Amino acid sequence: MNKDFNEANNLLSVRGLEVHFAVRSGFFSSLVSRKISLVRAVDGLDFELKKGEILCLAGESGSGKTTAGKAVLRLLEPTGGEVLFKGEEMNAFSKSRLRHFRQEAQIIFQDPFESLNPRQTVFSTVAEPLEVNRLTRDRREKEERVAKALSDAGLSNPRELFMRYPHELSGGQRQRLAIAGALVLHPDFIVADEPVSMLDLSIRAGILKLMVELRDNKGISYLFITHDLSLAWLISDRIAIMYLGKIVELGSADDVIKSPLHPYTKALVSVIPVPKRVSLAGKTLLKGETPDPVNIPLGCRFHPRCPEAQPRCSEEEPAYREITPKHFGACHFI
Amino acid sequence: MNSALVKKDTFALWKKNLSSFWSIYRQNSMGLIGMVILLIFALMAILGPYLVDITIMTVDGVTQVIHPPTSEYWLGTDDLGKDILAGVIVGSRVSLMVGLAATAISMVIGTVVGIVSGFYGRVVDALLMRFTDVFLVIPWLPLMLVMAALLGPSLGNIIFVIGITSWAGTARIIRSQTLSVKERPYVERARAIGSGDTHIMFYHILPNVFPLIFANTVLVAAVAILSETTLSFLGMGDPTQVTWGMMLHFAFSMGAVSFGAWWWLLPPGICVVLVVLSFTFIGYALDEVLNPKLRRRDQ
Amino acid sequence: MRLLEVENLTTYYKLKEGYVRACENISLHLERGEAIGLVGESASGKTTAALSLIKLLPENAHVMAGSIKIEGRDISGATEEELRHIRWKDIAIIFQGAMNALNPVRRVGAQIVEAVRIHDKLSEKEACKRTAELFDQVEIDPDRVREYPHEFSGGMRQRVMIAMAIACNPKIIIGDEPTTALDVMVQAQVLQLLETLRREREMGMLLITHDLSVVGETCDRVAVMYAGQIVENGPTEKVFSDPAHPYTRALIAAFPNIEGERFLAASIPGNPPNLLAPPGGCRFHERCSEAYGLCSNEVPALTNISPGHSAFCHLLQRRVKV
Repeated sequence: MNKDFNEANNLLSVRGLEVHFAVRSGFFSSLVSRKISLVRAVDGLDFELKKGEILCLAGESGSGKTTAGKAVLRLLEPTGGEVLFKGEEMNAFSKSRLRHFRQEAQIIFQDPFESLNPRQTVFSTVAEPLEVNRLTRDRREKEERVAKALSDAGLSNPRELFMRYPHELSGGQRQRLAIAGALVLHPDFIVADEPVSMLDLSIRAGILKLMVELRDNKGISYLFITHDLSLAWLISDRIAIMYLGKIVELGSADDVIKSPLHPYTKALVSVIPVPKRVSLAGKTLLKGETPDPVNIPLGCRFHPRCPEAQPRCSEEEPAYREITPKHFGACHFI
Repeated sequence: MNSALVKKDTFALWKKNLSSFWSIYRQNSMGLIGMVILLIFALMAILGPYLVDITIMTVDGVTQVIHPPTSEYWLGTDDLGKDILAGVIVGSRVSLMVGLAATAISMVIGTVVGIVSGFYGRVVDALLMRFTDVFLVIPWLPLMLVMAALLGPSLGNIIFVIGITSWAGTARIIRSQTLSVKERPYVERARAIGSGDTHIMFYHILPNVFPLIFANTVLVAAVAILSETTLSFLGMGDPTQVTWGMMLHFAFSMGAVSFGAWWWLLPPGICVVLVVLSFTFIGYALDEVLNPKLRRRDQ
Repeated sequence: MRLLEVENLTTYYKLKEGYVRACENISLHLERGEAIGLVGESASGKTTAALSLIKLLPENAHVMAGSIKIEGRDISGATEEELRHIRWKDIAIIFQGAMNALNPVRRVGAQIVEAVRIHDKLSEKEACKRTAELFDQVEIDPDRVREYPHEFSGGMRQRVMIAMAIACNPKIIIGDEPTTALDVMVQAQVLQLLETLRREREMGMLLITHDLSVVGETCDRVAVMYAGQIVENGPTEKVFSDPAHPYTRALIAAFPNIEGERFLAASIPGNPPNLLAPPGGCRFHERCSEAYGLCSNEVPALTNISPGHSAFCHLLQRRVKV
């Protein structure tokens, strides 16, 4: 396939993205030494997001998935690598281009209670993006756009909600309000950071359906960040599994979940929760937990926990490569 | 629905917020007592001159000098034969005004320094906080005396001096609250929709630290009124203005104590105590009402 | 004799506006070595029900009715003094937020030693030995007793909480969302540990969770709660494979299942009712897709579907009659 054609179809191309934070060690040790340790939260990320695609960044806590999501939105400054948005290098964005980018790309947070200003009414929450970006001065037009965004987010009778506060809404309504606040700017890219993990099971599907519908009708692309692999499988086109700041496997949702390649993915898939009686007693589980991203193991970063590790794994970092068509992985033995 | 209706709704919303605030505040007896006392003084300051003849502030017949309360002069007279009651009423105007104006100055400086310092962090924070520390540790009374002496005894100077010596505590409190508010996801969301720093500070941080400013301000008002009294009592006040502190100053220096003229000393003294107490009561009550931790239960 | 028998437990919260009917007529029983799951969404009253057992409730909660028996002994009228003995020695509890339950400036081991000595008269040395044994049982290196809580990861901290809970050999363990804050892999590790300990020590376990899969992985029986009431109760396998109550059906259908088809199930319309004034009749009728006339007027009676499997739903009555 022609490379240029590929690029044109990509909304987002991420190459070698790095986000490292310097943290000072504990209080007492900071008195004696000036040692600064480096947290390599995101440590070389490569992926593409096509137009109208839902790509899922999945991983456990400490995998760097949220940091990656914020870095592509420039809510955090990346320390390395490049991000191309619609073919443009984001590092080279001018102030005004960045302002415009803020309208094209939006974020939805995990906790709809925390991500809404408790002292802002529904109207003011959704109207704020219009005011900040000076998109409309006309009051009537503003109200119409706010009402439209609310009803697009699946809130019926939007005008009756205008003067309510977030705490007067239910959890599902609050998340819909947060989505309306993003939709009002007509974005074509949304980073959804665990958008349903705080919600009850019975209302999750409604929010997810809404997000898929928005993709189908408005062509919005999503970077969907989640720890829940079954959810990732249900909603996304492709899934990228992250471990300690790197992608270990990437492929179509079915490929990754139904025929995982990487030992880490295999382990994760084996513990995906299912609503039936199963016995944990005989299952072999991965030992330990994701280590601190300050001390990333040498070689393959997964090798200390890998059930299939060989001597080579602790010496040499495996290359991230295409293993079967459109199914990528980083392991010496796949 | 059209725009006019949204405007009407906004108004109805304020009314709703106010009434829900009042329904919680109402249950706080300390706050209610404070509010009643303050209201009485406010009414006295506003309506007093229309109810009591304050022209008897001027020198009267010699026989009436330092006279205990009579039916004509309810609180007696001073060494110049001026009516104490009229003095208390006129004094309440000046004392309240000085208190409120100084508090306003202190609140504005404290809030701006606190929010800017907490929001930007790093160098800005370090510089502003060291500056605040200076004001925090300076012994305020000597500073006030020196400044009042340098600037001269006028009402404006008194307000200015009290205002700029009492903001440091507010700034500290606002800064720490700002530090916590700026880490909330809604601030990040605001950034994601393209808001600039000023917008975030004004629309997201300020409303969320406002309850604290409010509760703190009321306490600063109490301190400001007390400071005014202190300065005037020590003779740094404006001698042409009648304030409670000035009355105490003259009573003291003219030997009210040796005359046994209790009616000269007590009224302004009690007034100061009551007003300071009422502000303190309201401050604590507001703290309780506006502090979300103490309100958790009705969620 | 049953290990735990709860009948018609009813707890209300008193507010200015009236009583919140947080949990009503909860009946449960637990055998030795058995695990039962209490599942429900937020505000379904599952935590209130469990905490009512050992009266660890906020001040405005009132246990209105019900009997609680541990091995035949009625503890519903126990005094605070008696309850202190019952907690930990008979019933121990593991909370969700393991971070908050540990004092951050004291060594983990010392905190367990202290807790052990409050309940058992042991010398310092014996208590230390017991603590090391407990660490071993929850699969933590016993040398780590000298570390501070912040040096433990989330999963390790939850293990410490489990060690504390089993320190006095309780007969019953209540787990209040014990794995909710953990990653799936760590969650599986912790659940596996709980399962092993339960079998070894023949403890009864009451697991409170919003997550059906956690119940599926650990519990023999399950009670589904909705709006303060148990709507269905039965063996886990039966309830999951052949749910009797429409709410249970909807909940299971909403669970993303990689073994099922790849599509998004419908969510349950509406929101849970306000428990200050719950709807009449069946509390689920306003959101139930199968509701008919009777559902809004009459409270459904308990219907037995098969031995040990029962539910409160008018449709079942109908099915039985026809």
